[in-house]
Amino acid sequence: MKWNGRQWKLLALCMLVMAVLLAGCSGGGKSSGNSGGSSSGGDSGTARNNEDTGGSGDKAETVTVKFTNFSASGDNEKYLQQMKEEFEKQHPNIKVEIETLAYDDYFTQMQTRVASGTAPDAYELNYENFVSYAKKGVLLDLTPMFAGFDTSVLNKNALEAFSTDGKQYGLPASFSNVVLFYNKDLFDQANVSYPTSDWTWADAEQAAEKIRSLGDNIFGIYQPIQFWEFYKKVQQNGGSLMNADMTQFTVDTPQNVETLQHMVDRVLKTNVMPTEAQMAGMGDWDLFKSGRLGMLVTGIWAFPDFTQNITFDWDIEVEPGNTAKATHFFSNGLVINKDSKVATAAFEWLKFMSASREAAQIRVDAGWELPAVNYQDVLDKYLQVTPPNNKKAVFDSLNYLVTPPVVEQNAEMTDIIGLHLQAARDGVKSPADALRDAQKELEQRIKLQ
Amino acid sequence: MPRVSKHNGWFAAIGFLLPCLTGLILFNLIPVAGAFTLSFTDWDGLKPIAPKDGVPAFVGLDNYASILGGDEFWRVLRNTAVYIVLYIPLILIASIAAAMLLHRPYRGVSVYRVLFYIPVLTSWVAGALIFKSILSPEYGGVNDLLNQFGIRGPGWLYDPNWAMPGIVLASIWKDMGFFALIFLGGLQGIDSSYYEAAKIDGAGPWRRFRHVTLPLLSPITFFVTVICLIFSFQLFPQVMIMTDGGPHGATQVMVERIYRYAFSYFKMGYASAFSFILFAIIFLFTWLQLKLQKKWVHYDA
Repeated sequence: MKWNGRQWKLLALCMLVMAVLLAGCSGGGKSSGNSGGSSSGGDSGTARNNEDTGGSGDKAETVTVKFTNFSASGDNEKYLQQMKEEFEKQHPNIKVEIETLAYDDYFTQMQTRVASGTAPDAYELNYENFVSYAKKGVLLDLTPMFAGFDTSVLNKNALEAFSTDGKQYGLPASFSNVVLFYNKDLFDQANVSYPTSDWTWADAEQAAEKIRSLGDNIFGIYQPIQFWEFYKKVQQNGGSLMNADMTQFTVDTPQNVETLQHMVDRVLKTNVMPTEAQMAGMGDWDLFKSGRLGMLVTGIWAFPDFTQNITFDWDIEVEPGNTAKATHFFSNGLVINKDSKVATAAFEWLKFMSASREAAQIRVDAGWELPAVNYQDVLDKYLQVTPPNNKKAVFDSLNYLVTPPVVEQNAEMTDIIGLHLQAARDGVKSPADALRDAQKELEQRIKLQ
Repeated sequence: MPRVSKHNGWFAAIGFLLPCLTGLILFNLIPVAGAFTLSFTDWDGLKPIAPKDGVPAFVGLDNYASILGGDEFWRVLRNTAVYIVLYIPLILIASIAAAMLLHRPYRGVSVYRVLFYIPVLTSWVAGALIFKSILSPEYGGVNDLLNQFGIRGPGWLYDPNWAMPGIVLASIWKDMGFFALIFLGGLQGIDSSYYEAAKIDGAGPWRRFRHVTLPLLSPITFFVTVICLIFSFQLFPQVMIMTDGGPHGATQVMVERIYRYAFSYFKMGYASAFSFILFAIIFLFTWLQLKLQKKWVHYDA
């Protein structure tokens, strides 16, 4: 039977619809499965290597370690690739398969993979997720593998951050911290002397007010009023969010109320810091880069972006404290899946990434966060890359570091405190009320052993 | 006449149904049954499930009790109710108005139909980001427009009283084309003889609309209301992108809480229970609507 013209057109339409549907479905699948992801080593390679890993006891056979991370996403994938090549040169019988996922999707994906038993052999975790994963018993205890490993090359604070209940569950991949960035041109315009390492809150406020008076659209300082800044700032005033042995919350003490009042006054009273509405969805980095902000408290991972994009003169300093100094300490950890069949090989890779001189050198040359190591020659090289000129402040800040209070229900705790801080920041509640309500809700919902 | 065995028919039927049924069973029924079982446990969503090791542990109705007994569920339900009360009347009015405009056969009407439908095709992420910038109190287009009329615009997404209306605005922009298309189909199904009869009887445009168009559109309106109600209870992408549950919890809704408990707080069992309570609520409302339809839906013979 010969088809007439109409039937041909109908067939063509059906095929077009099918093609569009297929394209739409596969495009969607790709973007949801692996946004920003890349993997070296094709699928056929995986199949072949899986058979090899069955005989992991035999040294002559090639072992494949699957490694997933987020911190290389963006511009740093090529540096991770350099580390992998150097490692495989030194360990010819270990192959590393790297998978890089964007930060936003990383933890949802990782949670699903761990729960279904398809987690990679080794992977990266940020600090708060590390504590949850360790306490839930899905990570391998690395302590037995430390025999013959000289841990003095690693920064002591960074290494200790990844031990829980006396057992070592992770190695530090890198560390970073938070410093005070300042716009030298604005300081010159307002006739204010540059920040020094002796500055206190009062000095910062004075400078901020002088810079604010330069114009309606120019602000003095920006330090976000949220959990991550708050737990550190309270320690600059002699307070803290939890007691020393982490068995109780101490959120609504008078010193903490004073701290929150100081932060909120910046927004609501003197307006040296923009309100959320004044920010209007603009990021704090963008505000600083546009030359409209005198001082910004943010992380040293901003260096590459600022170096490339800022045209005015800028520098950094250790963040000012009040009765004491307190600075952030952030570290990403490398962990091994408890059910991994190639744990020894995975540990070799993690050890290389974390503690070897070669990996540390690659990091410093790339400006990709700081290796948590004690090789002075490598660190000296880091100090020589400017701007900013005062890179010494990065290491000086380490003298005052505080780690976040981490509990098993970490995300819940962070959200509860964050919500009440927002209420204070927007002027809906007084700082005293906000902290008292936070304390009450925390005691109700968070179980502390 | 050859005898057609009853069984022959069954086998053929099942053979044809099997591809579709397989998908339904594998991707719908089994996961739903799994989630239902999980809602009676305290699974954290992280440890691989190993019943013989006690992962996860059964807690019976504890999850349900703590959800229904706590403040958060009722607060979140109230936020969702605010969204529904604002959204449904406005979307119905906007869609019917748009359908009426697109109904008349003037030149270029097909271009306008496409234009109205384009927001439906965009991704929610893109739409939400754009609206976040339009609704900016200091630099956004909406407040600019209001300023032209001398009205001082509110803080929108930064004001706890105006954040939900802001989300409603974005949702109406996005969904209006979809429902307008459905109403358009309904309008074109109304026999023009009804209008002629009404005109002869001296009815003006408004009376024609109220007494001819609306009643004859009522099956479509019913369908649209049921769908809108179901979708409103499932409000999620706009909230996550535009306000992330803020400002201070004013736009936390049910699905947003489910997501947080499942993926941020490691409480998968609790989140499962939450989703089944949501299911029960949606089921109840849909059942109520089906029961009430006899009162106001006019089915043309």
